[in-house]
Amino acid sequence: MSKYYVNKFLFTVDRDPEYLKRYIEDPKSFVATWEQSIGPRLNDAERSTVNSLTEAERQALVNHDYVALFEMGAHFFLNLTMYIGIYDEPYMEKSGPLSFQREFAAKLQHWRDKDYPSVET
Amino acid sequence: MAQLVATLASTHHPFYLKATTMPPEQQMPQAPEWKRKVEAYRETLARTKPDILVMIGSDHFHQIFLDNCPQFLIGKAPRYDATFYNEEREFGIPKYVLEGDEAMSRFMHQHLMDQDFDFAFSNELKIDHSIICPIITVRPQNDLPVVPIYTNIFAPPLPSPRRFYNLGRAIRKAIDDYPSDKRVAAIGTGHLSLELGGPRQFMETGPDPVFDRQAIEWLRNGDIEAILDNVSHESMIKSGNATQGFLNFILMLGVAGPENADYVDNLDLFHTMEAYFTWYPKEQAA
Repeated sequence: MSKYYVNKFLFTVDRDPEYLKRYIEDPKSFVATWEQSIGPRLNDAERSTVNSLTEAERQALVNHDYVALFEMGAHFFLNLTMYIGIYDEPYMEKSGPLSFQREFAAKLQHWRDKDYPSVET
Repeated sequence: MAQLVATLASTHHPFYLKATTMPPEQQMPQAPEWKRKVEAYRETLARTKPDILVMIGSDHFHQIFLDNCPQFLIGKAPRYDATFYNEEREFGIPKYVLEGDEAMSRFMHQHLMDQDFDFAFSNELKIDHSIICPIITVRPQNDLPVVPIYTNIFAPPLPSPRRFYNLGRAIRKAIDDYPSDKRVAAIGTGHLSLELGGPRQFMETGPDPVFDRQAIEWLRNGDIEAILDNVSHESMIKSGNATQGFLNFILMLGVAGPENADYVDNLDLFHTMEAYFTWYPKEQAA
């Protein structure tokens, strides 16, 4: 498991409008591209060889599965802001302000009185 | 020596600007009251006629990430760009450029190092909404140079609550010792109980209204002993997974010193308790 690398995915994609667009349009293909050429990038010249996603992490990212990401200990802020970036507007148009955020919370109710998975990396 | 003229500690709500500037018929019912409270709070800074703002915030994975994550960082640059793409997208916060004060940044960095706070520094720091929100609320004309300080409230392990308080005390000493005739205000933002990306997010109140009311009383009374006796990382996380933003309030109480606040206000908004505190150094209090 690589919480760090899942967080790196959320961090690099949420902050880049072009990556975000591709992740919305074709998540499976974009996650594959990310693993190949975006995730390993350290700067214009350097590539890291040390990180990789597990199959469960890959599937959670492909499926926009923020519940699974929460349960894996992805950072709560990155996990929220990424999927607000994708779903806030369409939910707002259909069901009004904060409807996505409330559905997000509803899907996590089974954690309500438990210690949440640690976000420490 | 420089003179500390005010210490402000408040919550920062990134939706304030959007919530209070959208067409009135679309605004939330509390928007006019929120705006009135923020404008009254703004006056507590304006009346002190500051020349420089020392601003304490916490980057939300905008410039700083887990590949290189300082606990405490000071900006040392002639000016600072502000607002990242995803903050414009999510919160509707515009871009800003803040003037810096390199001389004061340099002095404070060295002074804090001399007090055993081994700060990271940045000569090219882009500021995020933890510092832009208070510019929008208490100094929207953005006409003063800033010394930005970032704390880690997000990526565990975090420094202890006592360390945050002691850092506030050290920042106060650095301001007091700055050889300048400038009037300095210290402005820091954080949170009371807060949940983000968890089961208690975006409820009708913050995730722990009991903590919120207690925290306001502690800060009103400058009761650092009660805070340090009762607040730990474990207790904050129980109050909401992002409640460690309260550490910046503890830091600001360190800047002010363990004194009663001169101005206290709050507003119960959907999903958070907003709170606004100002301390004036006692020798100048009216």
